[in-house]
Amino acid sequence: MIRDITLGQYYQADSVIHRMDPRTKIVGTIAFIVSLFLIKNIIGYAAAAVFLAAVILISKVPFRYMVKGMKAVVFLLLITVVFNMFLTPGEVLVSFWKFRITKEGLRQAVFMALRLSFLIIGSSLMTLTTTPNNLTDGLEKLMKPLKILRVPVHEIAMIMSIALRFIPILLDETDKIMKAQLARGADFESGNLIKKAKSMVPILVPLFISAFRRANDLAMAMEARCYRGGEHRTKMKPLRYRGRDLTAYLTLAAFVAVIVMTRRIILPF
Amino acid sequence: MMKAERLAFEYIRRDEEGNVEGITRAVDDVDFDIAKGEFIAILGHNGSGKSTLAKHMNAILYPTEGTIYVDGKNTADEQYLWDIRQNAGMVFQNPDNQIIGQIVEEDVGFGPENMGVPTKEIWERVNESLKAVGMYEYRKASPNKLSGGQKQRVSIAGVIAMHPQCIILDEPTAMLDPSGRKEVLRAVRALNDVEKITIILITHYMEEVIHADRVFVMDKGRIEMQGTPEEIFSEVERLKELRLDVPQVTLLAYELQKKGIPLPKGILTTEQLVREMTRLYG
Repeated sequence: MIRDITLGQYYQADSVIHRMDPRTKIVGTIAFIVSLFLIKNIIGYAAAAVFLAAVILISKVPFRYMVKGMKAVVFLLLITVVFNMFLTPGEVLVSFWKFRITKEGLRQAVFMALRLSFLIIGSSLMTLTTTPNNLTDGLEKLMKPLKILRVPVHEIAMIMSIALRFIPILLDETDKIMKAQLARGADFESGNLIKKAKSMVPILVPLFISAFRRANDLAMAMEARCYRGGEHRTKMKPLRYRGRDLTAYLTLAAFVAVIVMTRRIILPF
Repeated sequence: MMKAERLAFEYIRRDEEGNVEGITRAVDDVDFDIAKGEFIAILGHNGSGKSTLAKHMNAILYPTEGTIYVDGKNTADEQYLWDIRQNAGMVFQNPDNQIIGQIVEEDVGFGPENMGVPTKEIWERVNESLKAVGMYEYRKASPNKLSGGQKQRVSIAGVIAMHPQCIILDEPTAMLDPSGRKEVLRAVRALNDVEKITIILITHYMEEVIHADRVFVMDKGRIEMQGTPEEIFSEVERLKELRLDVPQVTLLAYELQKKGIPLPKGILTTEQLVREMTRLYG
């Protein structure tokens, strides 16, 4: 289960999306997420779905990679759906014992589920098509104006890029520790929630120790390779907007416009 | 190229109140002089101070006593810090903990980026260093998908891209399988032979030191023995005292000698032993 999280896993392929400037992709993802919250009806979601499907096709990333990312949040999704379904007041459709499913609740639940899954697929598409280094480069450039406010932009970007790089390594390590503890008779399955949480301690303690050790080693390796913060640093892959980025921005603007327009359509449900 | 004078380093252990609990002298009174282009191997069992010594060579640690010079520059002198780190590249034990980039070529470019090398030259350096270690075909791959030996070669490429005169490898093969170990050593020897880069290889595998020009054997922070591999391995008893294993062939030759077979001292490879034996009995 632990290996299913795709966030932060780069999928190597040669597509327009991969070659796009990371700033375009970040702005695009944010615009996509914001527009998801602007959507009012099913037509809007249909438009978003078509847009998302088109981008996925262009990106050449197999669809199952995004679904993998979804698995990790299925639980969250279920809770949202259930709460929305039962707790939204309105016209009652079905009712049993103390529970009532309302028309509004059902609608809300479906929309919420769509919104969340689109949101996750959309953002994992960004991380799947952009190397973390590229991603942080993009963020660093986008946040550069904040430097005036003494925000350590470069340092934040570096921290993020390192965190992303170590996610798969630490996941592997968690798997290993889990197996090692299982081999010694640890039980992660039975018992109530509190007992289960307690049984995580023998995994978390060694994991943290190893993470600190890795951080120490990495800091030393970085210093040994002349790392001294963002000053005097040049870029191996400096960011430059190209024609495809303009096309992307225009497409994105068109998409947002379509979404805003769908808000005006009034449907009977 | 690199010179140490009465070098010593102490780790100070403190208790919770900050009182000194004990002092460990990890490096004790070490002198050496390494010439340009030499291949030096430093041997020693765990805790002999060899890694601590290595960390002095590119100013990660500063000596408690004595001085160490890299290319004539004192490592304790702050103004030379970046020159020294660029000049004396370092490869560590765990490949996972020293690869920063998510793509091989990005990682190799990390050093030159930090040094402020112009973009075009970074690319030249990256391509040429990846070719030097035979990892050019993997330049677009993710480091997580590589084998241990390949990862370690990427780490070496990352150091070469900084154009150092000297590379210090701190047990680069300790976490690798035998084939990975061979890969890495082949790459290291090629760098020494072809590029004339000074190599300082720290290891506890005896087989890895036979190609070195000189071997330092460390114990309790001191350099206890110094000499060519032949000289070092001819003293089998002394090595055993320092809790070091001798390569199997050398040990066999040593035992045969003790039984009265007139073999020369310091046999290091199987081929050498076979040659000597056929000379005697063939």
